[in-house]
Amino acid sequence: MAEDKFTAIIVGAGPAGSTAAYLLAEQGIDVLLIERGETPGCKNMFGGRMYSYALHRIIPEFWEEAPLERQISREVITMLDGEKSTSISCQDENWAKPPYHSFTLLRAEFDAWLAAKAEDAGAILACGIRVDDVIMEDNRIIGIRAGDDEILADVVIAADGANSIITEKAGLRSKLSPADLATGVKEVIELPAKTIEERFNLQPDTGAAHLYAGTCTQGMSGGGFLYTNKSSISLGLVIKAAELQKNQYMLVDLIEDFKNQPSIAPLISGGEVVEYSAHLVPEAGISMAPRLFSDGILVTGDAAGFCINLGYLVRGMDLAIASGEAAAMSVVEAVKKNDFSAASLGIYTDLLVKNGVWSVMEAYRRAPQMLDTERLYTSYPTLLNNLLADMFTIDGSPPINLIDKLRQEVKNSKTSFINLAGDAWKGGRSL
Amino acid sequence: MKKMNMQQLLACDKFEVDDEEHHIVLNKEVCRSCQAKPCIYACPAGLYTLKDGEINFDDAGCLECGTCRLICPQEGALSWHYPRGNFGVVYRYG
Ligand SMILES: Cc1cc2nc3c(=O)[nH]c(=O)nc-3n(C[C@H](O)[C@H](O)[C@H](O)COP(=O)(O)OP(=O)(O)OC[C@H]3O[C@@H](n4cnc5c(N)ncnc54)[C@H](O)[C@@H]3O)c2cc1C
Ligand code: SF4
Ligand code: SF4
Repeated sequence: MAEDKFTAIIVGAGPAGSTAAYLLAEQGIDVLLIERGETPGCKNMFGGRMYSYALHRIIPEFWEEAPLERQISREVITMLDGEKSTSISCQDENWAKPPYHSFTLLRAEFDAWLAAKAEDAGAILACGIRVDDVIMEDNRIIGIRAGDDEILADVVIAADGANSIITEKAGLRSKLSPADLATGVKEVIELPAKTIEERFNLQPDTGAAHLYAGTCTQGMSGGGFLYTNKSSISLGLVIKAAELQKNQYMLVDLIEDFKNQPSIAPLISGGEVVEYSAHLVPEAGISMAPRLFSDGILVTGDAAGFCINLGYLVRGMDLAIASGEAAAMSVVEAVKKNDFSAASLGIYTDLLVKNGVWSVMEAYRRAPQMLDTERLYTSYPTLLNNLLADMFTIDGSPPINLIDKLRQEVKNSKTSFINLAGDAWKGGRSL
Repeated sequence: MKKMNMQQLLACDKFEVDDEEHHIVLNKEVCRSCQAKPCIYACPAGLYTLKDGEINFDDAGCLECGTCRLICPQEGALSWHYPRGNFGVVYRYG
């Protein structure tokens, strides 16, 4: 290694970048991991839960050492409509046994831990450095520029997240479209662990994941989330950016109203807000993916659009880790051949197919269009809540049978059976 | 829980303020020709405000989410960068 040249430079110490750095360092490859925050994680936020399988493959039984909050054993989805709400709750104790299905976590601690693992394995971690540009020579990427500094490498891995400047600078995609991403806002609300366990009916280590659709987004495409940490609640909203373009509500009012929904307020009552954060979420799936590789560069994690938001399920951490793994393995192969051209790095797509990332993205190819259906955020929550609330309301008037009630509710909500059937069919195929 | 306002929420966060360099700079000339001004509602930190019909902006309190960069419809209105290394928001939870 020349003084100022690395085999690999990784931009961004999120889960994608740190995983790639860890695996490369483990293979004895010299790698520089650059992060703009003063510590890895201090610029990052997410909803709250990571599915375990991907990291378990790389660091077996990572839960023995990683800073985690609670293992999720209950999933709840709720349709909100003002004063009314309808929930489905699913509990599986197997989720709370090794190999734990998923964990809530907080990024400041978790990302710092994962980056430290990479450092321990031999990667050089440089924090507090913002990468401004890539260096190109004869159409190939040969390094990065940060302020006045230039650092060279055989290959650069862009792991700089949803709002990836590096992918743009490298010419791998044009400007992002507001139709392809959402903005997430979140509050961390501190409560004693015991209070959380009582309110959510949890064991000392188990946790709950709640996802919400309906009035919390004022009809905009998006939803709410609530995750239980050890002694705090992560609560927030994710709303499609294109909707925010025509929005007439301040996000701060939406999240504050969300907190005061009758089905949520008692869960967080008495808690203290200790942080407010915001971040973009890639939502368009495969259709927004940039070119994933070119001469001297690979794109991974959110920067590549490897994130799935289905409303009842959000996955980005596992896909970031798995795509970071594929990127690292591609570089290992390129090092063997001493060839960092696009042709050589193209093995990346094969490895993404092999380790499952690509099939996840393919499987949900149609989901973004499906989730654009406005009815999901307006008429359907109202319809469902009215139907069920009526069913449970006894006021002495003559009962109407369920089918008639459904007919009536569909008529009242500005939708039709044809829409309903069409959306159900689309939903079944795309989710 | 009592409704919190933007100032109260941002006061929960830690920021390393950069006194020398702004990371987001507006070209107010371009903003003047922007009809919808979606940044006012879309910025989760509420940093874009309207004052006498003109957009007022200060990047102190920016959460670095990139939403304004994404949704601004006017070419050349925003010179958008992340803050210099070490500066800006510091999430202690995330
Ligand atoms: C509101 C919200 C809720 C979510 N909920 C979930 C969830 O519950 N479960 C789940 O699995 N996923 C969730 N996600 C998605 C998940 O957070 C991402 O998919 C994941 O963080 C992507 O990892 P990454 O490493 O690709 O990018 P990031 O985690 O964004 O990391 C990128 C890193 O690069 C650094 N960086 C960026 N630019 C530069 C630069 N120019 N120079 C140097 N460093 C730079 C950043 O500081 C950061 O550390 C959610 C996301 C959001 C926003
Ligand atoms: S959306 Fe862009 S152009 Fe319009 S007012 Fe805001 S910053 Fe200016
Ligand atoms: S980056 Fe996000 S928080 Fe900062 S000004 Fe733009 S929209 Fe507001």
